[in-house]
Amino acid sequence: MTPLGGTGGFMEHKNINVKLKVWKQKNSQTAGRFETYEAKNISTEMSFLEMFDVLNEELISDGKEPITFDHDCREGICGTCSMYINGRPHGPWHATTTCQLHMRAFNDGETIVVEPWRANAFPVIKDLMVDRTAFERIIQAGGFISVNTGNAVDANAIPVDKDKADASFAAAACIGCGACVAACKNSSAMLFVSAKVTHLALLPQGEPERRTRALNMVAQMDKEGFGGCTNTGACEAVCPKEISIDNIARLNKEYLAAGLLSEK
Amino acid sequence: MLDAKIPQEVPLDNKWTYYKGHCKLVNPANKRRLEVIVVGTGLAGASAAAALGELGYQVKAFCFQDSPRRAHSIAAQGGINAAKNYQNDGDSVFRLFYDTIKGGDYRAREANVHRLAEVSTNIIDQCVAQGVPFAREYGGLLSNRSFGGTQVQRTFYAAGQTGQQLLIGAYQAMERQVALGNVKMYSRHEMLDVVMIDGKARGIICRNLVTGKLERFFGHAVLLCTGGYGNVFYLSTNAMGCNVTAIWKAHKKGAWFGNPCFTQIHPTCIPVTGDHQSKLTLMSESLRNDGRIWVPKKQGDNRKPNEIPEEERDYYLERRYPAFGNLVPRDVASRAAKERCDAGYGVGTSKQAVYLDYADAIKRYGKIEAGKQAMENADEATIILLGKEVVKEKYGNLFDMYEKITGENPYEVPMRIYPAVHYTMGGLWVDYELMTTVPGLYCLGEANFSDHGANRLGASALMQGLADGYFVIPYTMGNYMSAEIRTKAISTDHPAFEETEKAVADRINQLMNIKGKQTVESFHKRLGKIMWNKCGMARNAEGLKQAISEIQQLKKDFWSDLRIPGEINEMNPELDKAGRVADFIELGELMCMDALQRNESCGGHFREESQTPEGEADRKDDEFAYVSSWEFKGENQWELHKEELKFEVAKPSKRSYK
Amino acid sequence: MNWSQLFTSTIGKKIVMSVTGLFLITFLVVHVGVNGCIFKDAIDSSDNGDMFNRAAQFMARNVVIRIMEYVLFAGFFIHIIQGLVVEFENRGKRKRGYEVNLGNRGSKWYSRSMGLLGTILLLFLLLHWWHFWIPSRFTHAGIEEPVLLSNGFIGHDMFSLMKATFSEWWIVIVYVLGCISLAWHLMHGFQSAFRTLGLHNKKYLNMVNALGIGFSIIVPLIFALMPLSFKLGWIG
Repeated sequence: MTPLGGTGGFMEHKNINVKLKVWKQKNSQTAGRFETYEAKNISTEMSFLEMFDVLNEELISDGKEPITFDHDCREGICGTCSMYINGRPHGPWHATTTCQLHMRAFNDGETIVVEPWRANAFPVIKDLMVDRTAFERIIQAGGFISVNTGNAVDANAIPVDKDKADASFAAAACIGCGACVAACKNSSAMLFVSAKVTHLALLPQGEPERRTRALNMVAQMDKEGFGGCTNTGACEAVCPKEISIDNIARLNKEYLAAGLLSEK
Repeated sequence: MLDAKIPQEVPLDNKWTYYKGHCKLVNPANKRRLEVIVVGTGLAGASAAAALGELGYQVKAFCFQDSPRRAHSIAAQGGINAAKNYQNDGDSVFRLFYDTIKGGDYRAREANVHRLAEVSTNIIDQCVAQGVPFAREYGGLLSNRSFGGTQVQRTFYAAGQTGQQLLIGAYQAMERQVALGNVKMYSRHEMLDVVMIDGKARGIICRNLVTGKLERFFGHAVLLCTGGYGNVFYLSTNAMGCNVTAIWKAHKKGAWFGNPCFTQIHPTCIPVTGDHQSKLTLMSESLRNDGRIWVPKKQGDNRKPNEIPEEERDYYLERRYPAFGNLVPRDVASRAAKERCDAGYGVGTSKQAVYLDYADAIKRYGKIEAGKQAMENADEATIILLGKEVVKEKYGNLFDMYEKITGENPYEVPMRIYPAVHYTMGGLWVDYELMTTVPGLYCLGEANFSDHGANRLGASALMQGLADGYFVIPYTMGNYMSAEIRTKAISTDHPAFEETEKAVADRINQLMNIKGKQTVESFHKRLGKIMWNKCGMARNAEGLKQAISEIQQLKKDFWSDLRIPGEINEMNPELDKAGRVADFIELGELMCMDALQRNESCGGHFREESQTPEGEADRKDDEFAYVSSWEFKGENQWELHKEELKFEVAKPSKRSYK
Repeated sequence: MNWSQLFTSTIGKKIVMSVTGLFLITFLVVHVGVNGCIFKDAIDSSDNGDMFNRAAQFMARNVVIRIMEYVLFAGFFIHIIQGLVVEFENRGKRKRGYEVNLGNRGSKWYSRSMGLLGTILLLFLLLHWWHFWIPSRFTHAGIEEPVLLSNGFIGHDMFSLMKATFSEWWIVIVYVLGCISLAWHLMHGFQSAFRTLGLHNKKYLNMVNALGIGFSIIVPLIFALMPLSFKLGWIG
């Protein structure tokens, strides 16, 4: 769905009321439950998170607990926001993060169900906020090129095929938000891992560690409790940065090649 | 009094080489015993943590985000400058140095800027080696573009996501050190104070944002890499979490604050839509390359933009600055937009916006395209269709973003833009070694004041962050650390840790116990309005004085009527925000004081009292060629120290874009 | 990677699934080819299943095929066990599910239902063995009477066994349902197997996708036509 369904130039702004059914959970140790809220007089010009801001201000003024959620840059690049809105990570708009989603995506009187990312590897910290440090450990397992500062040769010393550089960039656009895990029926982190493996495998600088990188990152992914990939494509469909599922096939190739060619 | 420790022995272009050849070194065995705290893990922090970890120091890195990869460096769109001269168009270290000094309106230190220009080339090499996927030409070599009106093509970029790619590069380098055990990463940790022992910075107190508990950390040295404080204006292009707290705590512990009033206002942001607005979104400066900026010639014109005929439009930048037109520097473009809106020519519902129009560009590109495809008598509609395709190719992602946020289709109607706070050139005062006035306390990246003077050029922020982290601090730190090799790690049971932690805990308790009625957000909004109206794009003495008294009143209200829900020992974002806003309020006062004492117009700082008859900025070099450096003396009290700026190579000249 | 990772790592397990899956696909090609011989009878009513019985007899006496039968069983066994393991392990990765599911907005129902479709196929397979494989190899129930083939060999009259078996509507319906399950299972499995083995080139992926859809429709359709043809009297 696109923000403007063929309305030509302008979009009418109006105010709407929505009902929210939001997951509330005090901390990782306690059980959670759904709470319902009413957000009234919400301008369709608001972003989804601004609607939450307005609601939270009201809750605080009324002496109630506000809703905790992760957010930071609010321009769709940092990957912090992480809401599962009406059954879809980051809500209904294609290739859009929660922070870029605007209230004109919703109708007056609509009930919106908001849940945290659900996966064993992403435990809930509070309400809609989850712990994604598993991703850090996957990167630590090999998501880098081992080059110390000062070791570099001149940047133009090694030419890189433009198509490969572009494909590498497209994979590197991953913002690490975890929507792929949230959407996957297996809670698999393969799209995340494959984006990193592809980013580095396509560049000549990444070549020396290409094999160990694929093996180690996958091993860490498994250890963190993510599921396996069954190529359903849900990850690609919800990825705010449109990372292609073909990266997963490439990761499979890298893994298989690394496995067959390793001497251990 | 203020010694910048610039090597005086040699001329400007040799200073850094000389410094590197003469600074003290620490041997590898000793490095392993020395601990370094890095607060903030954006470009400056992550690159510093990685580089110091590689050297063998024991590094502890802290960020308030859930991951270092989320730091706001990630949001930089345009690119990163480097004096590589790959395009053979006459670029050099000297030119980059000169452009940066001039762009900064002669309010930056020559030696620092020259060093920045020198190491810029190493940065590109390092980033490429790390796997940063910069844009390339078909031959496989790196591509460059011209950015922010410079005459050479020295900007390296990765589509519109250069900041993201550079940050991920630094992040990965740091995670590698985490894996190797040289760096220990603490995410969701917020630094709340610096621990001082015998006059030196020896550690920090953090709040674990998940549990709410206070934690103590020791370091032989502490590096603050916590970014800018643009959020003092409430609305800015900064991330929601960007704050001044770390450097403000350091300031109160004795680190002087340099040029706090120097703020950059970016001209091309999406305008505010209402009181609910939580942040502003930047549209890349590159849009000004093809778009034309205008307002109606009639005040309060309520017609739709497409209904306003050509002769009733005022292309005010082209009118005022025929030489540079729509490509005048950021500060000039921003002030011109404000001038038109204040005079009643603004557009949109809020009247606080101007049009950025692509209709001409679409036609121009359409004609070129029709020519390429040998369509000789293409009609208007075909030309527009072809033109839109070209514009989509060049700016598609920005246009999509605009459409998502505003609900308007920028291919059909002109975009509405308005200036917004974007970057703060001011920050903690540091010497040539990036050390603050507190021994052992360093400040890197946007958080320090050093390289951009009164105005930052486009594509220079990323350059400075990485220069400081990868190529400056690993050398300059040796000078201090070499004297610390006999200092054993100090236990965090030391009374200084205990006292500092208690002070932090007391302040948190005090905040929680106000139990008033007003929310943190409402105070922050009030502060933002004061700052934006009176210490924003144009400032005058009367307004600044009013602002100071309003802020003092706001501070009283804050500390008597604040309401924070929840508890201390849990994840409590409102409490986190309260601490940050409390610091912003104090900073706001200092910014106004600084703006008040600097009765000249330079770069992003425009004093209405100091302008030419045509309304252009009037810089006063004989009176104000200094860095204002403020020492905290107690509540609402600061003492001004001046570091005189000497321009031996880049002689000050007037900026003119007419 | 050591060999045990084929059965312990997520990608290893999937490699095993795809290799065995592709092997079973080649088996389907042989199977449909041999059984397709029954349609000779539809063209030439004097055939009376002779062509099919000859093919069946060849399969029974060829030593390579006999050996491959064991490989086939191993393939089935590994594919089934590993499939169940993958399914249950993956299900366990999200202890608490969602209130609202993504459903078909993100993926095709059959892609998400490989475990279910596979289980239906397993049940069908057991029935199928009981109908044909056990009689032909062990009990010879229903095919006690040997038949003289036109190439001079003597074999079992599998054609008559099929005819007899598919005389009942419920069996025909169960077989058609089995074929439909197979079609959906292949619709995902065919292209997925290639992706798992690392085919990432768009050009070839598009080719494999098209091939997979064709295969998933044509092969199960031919299989489904067999019981239907007997029941409707088109052959036999």
